[in-house]
Amino acid sequence: MPATVLIVDDDAAIRRLLRNTLARAGYAVVEAVNGAGAIAEANASHPDAILLDLGLPDRDGLGLIPLLQREHGVLLVVSAREATDEKVAALDLGADDYVTKPFDTEELLARLRVALRHRAPAAPAATVTRGDLAIDFDRRLVTRGGEEVHLTRKEYDVLAVLARHIGRVVTHDRMIAAAWSGDEDPRIEYLRIVVRNLRQKIEAPAPVGSVIANELGVGYRLRADA
Amino acid sequence: MAVSGFSSSGDRPDPDALLRAAAQEGRGRLKIFLGAAPGVGKTFEMLSEGAARRRDGVDTVVAVVETHGRAETEALTRGQEIVPRRAVPYEGRTLHEMDLDAVLARAPRLALVDELAHTNAPGSRHPKRYQDVEELLAAGIDVYSTINIQHVESLNDVVASFTRVRVRETVPDRILEMAEIEVVDIPPDELIERLKAGKVYLPQEATRALGHFFSKSNLSALRELALRRAAQAVDAQILDHVRGLGVGGTWAGGERIVVAVSEQPGADGLVRAAKRVADALRAPWTAIFIETPRTQHFGDAEHARVAATMTLATQLGGAVATVPAANVVAGIQAYLTDARATQLVVGKSNRSRWFEWRHGSVVDRLVRETPGVTVHVLPNEAQPLPAARRRPVGREGWGSPVGYAISLAAVAAVTALATALFHILELGNVALLYLLPVMAAASLYNLRTGLFAGVASSLAYNFFFLPPTGTLTVSDPENIVSIFVLLGVAIATSQLTARVRSQADLAAASARTNAALAGFLHQLSATNDPAEAARLICQDVGRLFDAQVVLLAAGPGGGLAVQAATRPDYRLDTMDMAAATWALDTGTSAGRGSGTLTASDWLFQPLRAGTRTLAVLGIAAEGAGDPVRADRLPLLAGLIDQASLVLERLRLESEMRDVEAVRTRDRLRAALLSSVSHDLRTPLTAVIAAADELGHGDTPQLAATIKAEAARLNRFVANLLDMARVEAGALKLAVEPVDLSDAVAGAAHDARRSLEGHAVRLDVPPDLPLVRADPQLLHHCLLNLLDNAGRYGDPGTEIVVEGRHHYGEMRLSVLDQGPGLPPGREGEVFETFRRFEGSDRAIGGTGLGLAIVKAFAEAMGMAVTAANRPDGEGAAFTLTFPAALIVREPAQEKLT
Repeated sequence: MPATVLIVDDDAAIRRLLRNTLARAGYAVVEAVNGAGAIAEANASHPDAILLDLGLPDRDGLGLIPLLQREHGVLLVVSAREATDEKVAALDLGADDYVTKPFDTEELLARLRVALRHRAPAAPAATVTRGDLAIDFDRRLVTRGGEEVHLTRKEYDVLAVLARHIGRVVTHDRMIAAAWSGDEDPRIEYLRIVVRNLRQKIEAPAPVGSVIANELGVGYRLRADA
Repeated sequence: MAVSGFSSSGDRPDPDALLRAAAQEGRGRLKIFLGAAPGVGKTFEMLSEGAARRRDGVDTVVAVVETHGRAETEALTRGQEIVPRRAVPYEGRTLHEMDLDAVLARAPRLALVDELAHTNAPGSRHPKRYQDVEELLAAGIDVYSTINIQHVESLNDVVASFTRVRVRETVPDRILEMAEIEVVDIPPDELIERLKAGKVYLPQEATRALGHFFSKSNLSALRELALRRAAQAVDAQILDHVRGLGVGGTWAGGERIVVAVSEQPGADGLVRAAKRVADALRAPWTAIFIETPRTQHFGDAEHARVAATMTLATQLGGAVATVPAANVVAGIQAYLTDARATQLVVGKSNRSRWFEWRHGSVVDRLVRETPGVTVHVLPNEAQPLPAARRRPVGREGWGSPVGYAISLAAVAAVTALATALFHILELGNVALLYLLPVMAAASLYNLRTGLFAGVASSLAYNFFFLPPTGTLTVSDPENIVSIFVLLGVAIATSQLTARVRSQADLAAASARTNAALAGFLHQLSATNDPAEAARLICQDVGRLFDAQVVLLAAGPGGGLAVQAATRPDYRLDTMDMAAATWALDTGTSAGRGSGTLTASDWLFQPLRAGTRTLAVLGIAAEGAGDPVRADRLPLLAGLIDQASLVLERLRLESEMRDVEAVRTRDRLRAALLSSVSHDLRTPLTAVIAAADELGHGDTPQLAATIKAEAARLNRFVANLLDMARVEAGALKLAVEPVDLSDAVAGAAHDARRSLEGHAVRLDVPPDLPLVRADPQLLHHCLLNLLDNAGRYGDPGTEIVVEGRHHYGEMRLSVLDQGPGLPPGREGEVFETFRRFEGSDRAIGGTGLGLAIVKAFAEAMGMAVTAANRPDGEGAAFTLTFPAALIVREPAQEKLT
């Protein structure tokens, strides 16, 4: 049975585009044009994923995130709003990811796939692999092509929180909370430098950002396998 | 009389005459029916002529007419339109005044206003009816009015001198000078007949003196005065006409009259006399008051008299000036020279023979020592006020007790010294020693302390040295002389010192005023902010005049708004605002001390530039009393002139700025339109063409085209939005530490489409320190710089992004290989919509990208520069992060 996706957008052209794209990728599609319709449709069809536009005619999309997400699968925000604080707010409210309009449809499908894969994991995975990189959470061991990569404790903590959410954005605050939980004065510059060091160990000689992507002003993302 | 001869004007029109003619344009005309005495039939004549004009179809109303119940006069008002009068309650009675506003609202062509010299009921807009008439004239309404000759200001004294009846209600001569005058004349005998027949209405209070007033000789003299005055007015009008036309003519030229006034009563008569001389010669005239050390001891009464005299002079059309000088003669001479005056009017002093014997007669010295100037000496009729002239006890009082103690100590010291030296000193030299404490006390303190030291010295000298010593008796008469010498020295020294001191004080006061004026100008001309200028004007005028000051100007809503005030708790009631509005609307002063709306506590002076009134300066005394002493009005006028110039300069500057801003906006709008049409239409054309072809062509290729062009459109729209944000000032910064290697890699990734066909080398060492920046804005900067390099770099060449730590700064450069920038004009690339000629090629540049780089970089505190590469062909764009934006290396333990 194909996964069901609820599209919430007031623009008919965008809805048609998303409907065609999703249908081609094998998803079942339901639609809503405003906030009230979205809640009704979510309760009726229990979708596996929701693509939510923030600029709805009847209410602000941000307020809808907790209502829609509580029991109805993953939620991706698809919006033309660029402000980083809105993105952070959406993620903090529980959105699984954020895609900015205009978007690349392939990129959107990839994000949707990642989000659905992480839905309802029976038990947390013991290891995460990406290309030649493998992270073993139980042993706190990171290997690259079978060789152990020596990481400092902070580097490991940062990589671990990204790996647990592979393919999704992790905000700066969550990363700092994961690695500097006991610190009285945690700062974002510590995170920047740890990420830079980490990249030298797990990315080189590939270009900077090819493994750990920077979501400007929001956080980082461990890119899922291409 | 030193008349400087007659001069020809040449054939150029006299500008003053033309100005007067211009002032007449659009104003109503005034016709005055002038009579020698009550009862000659002025009102009757005026009404008949008004009725005649009405029959001719001229829109005529009777604004106010006193018929005094005379039947023939009343008959003439019948059939005329009469504007009802305004009832004014005053002290339990009801007065009926002309309703000025009603007449203005009715706006007839001609208004008949009886009794020009009438004084209005208190609380009226103007204290005098002639001022109401001026307002009617200003509104373009012609006015007929009546007046008797004894009410003419400059003739007031003359009439009083032979009739012994002085009237208080007078009309300034300037009113008559602008009017057409018709003399209503009947022979004296006939007037006396009419009087006896009871046909003449006389005010109750005047009846006592009338037996004398209506004597035949008086009436003849009055009649002659009236006829002469009318003839003079005709002369003046003809002269104006002739000068205005520039027709050659001759008249007495170059005469300047100065009248020197004192604080003595009777100075007003002197001023009127000067006005008559000036009128006769048609010469400008000035009333001057000489401020000497003596004037510092004036009481309020003297100051008030001088002020009143000066005010009268301004009302009579003269200029006024206060001249500081050591003495009266020197002051007058200095002023005469400065003003190149030809005639001087002075009053014969009422000082006693004794005073003149001691000080020399001022008049005598003036006559002797001012060659080339005609001196008119007029007798002073008023009695002097001896009491007021006594030197008040102030600084010349007892002085401080310390002075007496020190003087006594000095006398004791001299006594001790003389005792010690007595064996080598002669008695006479001892007396000389005693001069020292006396002179010291007299010069350091005052007369009384000096006298005290003199007495003490004499006693000590007498007691200790004069034989018989040990007693106060004097045996030798020669020694009595010594004692008197000591006292005389005390008096002489103290008087000399006192005079020097007062002159120094006067000079200091004058210097303070000049310094204040200079400081006022200096500060004012330095400011470019109208609010600051208003504040400075109020503050300085307030300080110089020791008064409250407000500055008002027309507000945005049309009403008056206070721009600045010396004190935040200023009070302006309805009457004050009415006066201020009047000053703004008419460009003349109003309020207390002026001629209009005198019930206000404030004096409002307009600040004018040309015909426009820019603002109104209100000035009020801190306590009760007039805001500005009349002798200081010239200083105020000077300050106001300077302030007006500054305000006018600021207004013009702001207008220029507005014009410039509009011009810039227009230019920007035009550039935006051309840019939008070019940059939006090019990709759209490609998209539409590709979509057309989709049905029957190479589908994947066309889809790629559509995608690329749409991406280009998206970039362009992003830039437009960015620019709009910058222009609207809505740029919100979210600054955080940024890793430049990360930022450059991210930008290169996102700009990969623009960079196709180029090799890209990112040379940003990973150990560079972090910088503070808004990651989004920095990303847009880098995207645009890379986009620009990809567009203008020659195909196939390398694009390098280079990060360097350079003497405490960080520099991030984007280098391309291509045509580079026009030498000398590198900085211009950052101007909005700047594309150099020849660069507007098929590669669509928005002309916005680099302007956005500059705006964003500067918003984040960075600098951006453009240059040609020193190492070869191509351009180099460099972002410089100053030391303040560089993040300190965190402690190692935070990172492990």
